Amino acid sequence: MKQQSLPLFEIFIRSKRGLDHRHVGSLHAEDHEQALEYARDVYLRRSEGVSIWVVRSSDITASQESDVASFYDPMDDKPYRHATHYKLPKEVDNM
Amino acid sequence: MDSLQASFDEKIANEQRIEPKDWMPDAFRKTVLRQMSQHAHSEVIGMQPEGNWITRAPTLHRKVILLAKIQDEGGHGLYLYSAAETLGTSREEMVQALHDGKAKYASIFNYPALTWADIGMIGWLVDGAAIVNQVSLQRTSYGPYSRAMIRICKEESFHQRQGYEATMVLARGSAEQKAMAQDALDRWWWPALMMFGPHDTDSAHTGQSMKWKLKRESNDVLRQRFVDQTVPQAEFIGLKIPDPELRWNEDRGSYDFGPIDWDEFMRVIAGDGPCNRQRLAHHVRAQQDGQWVRDAMHAYETKRQAREVA
Repeated sequence: MKQQSLPLFEIFIRSKRGLDHRHVGSLHAEDHEQALEYARDVYLRRSEGVSIWVVRSSDITASQESDVASFYDPMDDKPYRHATHYKLPKEVDNM
Repeated sequence: MDSLQASFDEKIANEQRIEPKDWMPDAFRKTVLRQMSQHAHSEVIGMQPEGNWITRAPTLHRKVILLAKIQDEGGHGLYLYSAAETLGTSREEMVQALHDGKAKYASIFNYPALTWADIGMIGWLVDGAAIVNQVSLQRTSYGPYSRAMIRICKEESFHQRQGYEATMVLARGSAEQKAMAQDALDRWWWPALMMFGPHDTDSAHTGQSMKWKLKRESNDVLRQRFVDQTVPQAEFIGLKIPDPELRWNEDRGSYDFGPIDWDEFMRVIAGDGPCNRQRLAHHVRAQQDGQWVRDAMHAYETKRQAREVA
């Protein structure tokens, strides 16, 4: 019998209306429709969500953890992006 | 009433958010789209009065703060355009509608930033007013809009504080500096109050938007909240709110304030504010000036794809 590997899909679930879809895991399926059905069986057996997104894993382009320094380094010396950088007297600090 | 409408109404009644793939009445779609597009355009046009001061900020510290803040506004515009795009419109259509004068942006950005004190005032008053509105909109009934608001409020918390802090430094500085701060407050106070829109009794959209829970609190409620929080802040740094009728009302537990010049508001909205033409012309020019970058990126991508196929 011929070994065939099904493509991998990443599964995202919206647990409740108003919230973002969150990544919950992945699974193999023939196509998007089948991935949706499998996702329902695998990840929603206890009504964990109201909406599912399936995305082919090969369609995801990810940053590399090893690049983290060049990605985030420039942000570390910008404390003025944070509200706590601005010291206000306590009478008006609730802003 | 059909079942789609009934299911929509039920979601609204039960405090559920409406998500992009849900059925929604056309009028709801149109209203939320108008509101998000107007909000997005406001973020982007709002970069102009501040951008005017980047090269003239009094210190390097103030300059990097201003750059960071303007960069945030650009990002917030992007969040909102993306949220609007979930309804099937495109960025290009929205920008075109802005250029054609069919889409609006907050009328406050049609006022000029004349002195450095205006930059403090924009942060303290304009962002302060925007935050009052946006905090309320975190609970708006359209899911993508609500999520964009939550993200924006979190990032924007520094905007108002830096503005107040910059104003405080001026108010506690030399007599000239204090006068400059007072002059800026005199010019920005009333337009800031107008940001909340017409009185509830005169607002064309408020009633329906409140029913749909797109708007959670009315213009007048939000405006009063802004006045009540801002007056003590002005007093604390010894600046005077330019309103002879402003006084504390013990019974209401709020400040009473004088009449707003709605003629001015209508005039500025209709296109006749101090900077309307300049703001739009600048946006059109920026769009045109950036065309070669988009063209170059597209040409590069086309070439890359052709190479991949070969």
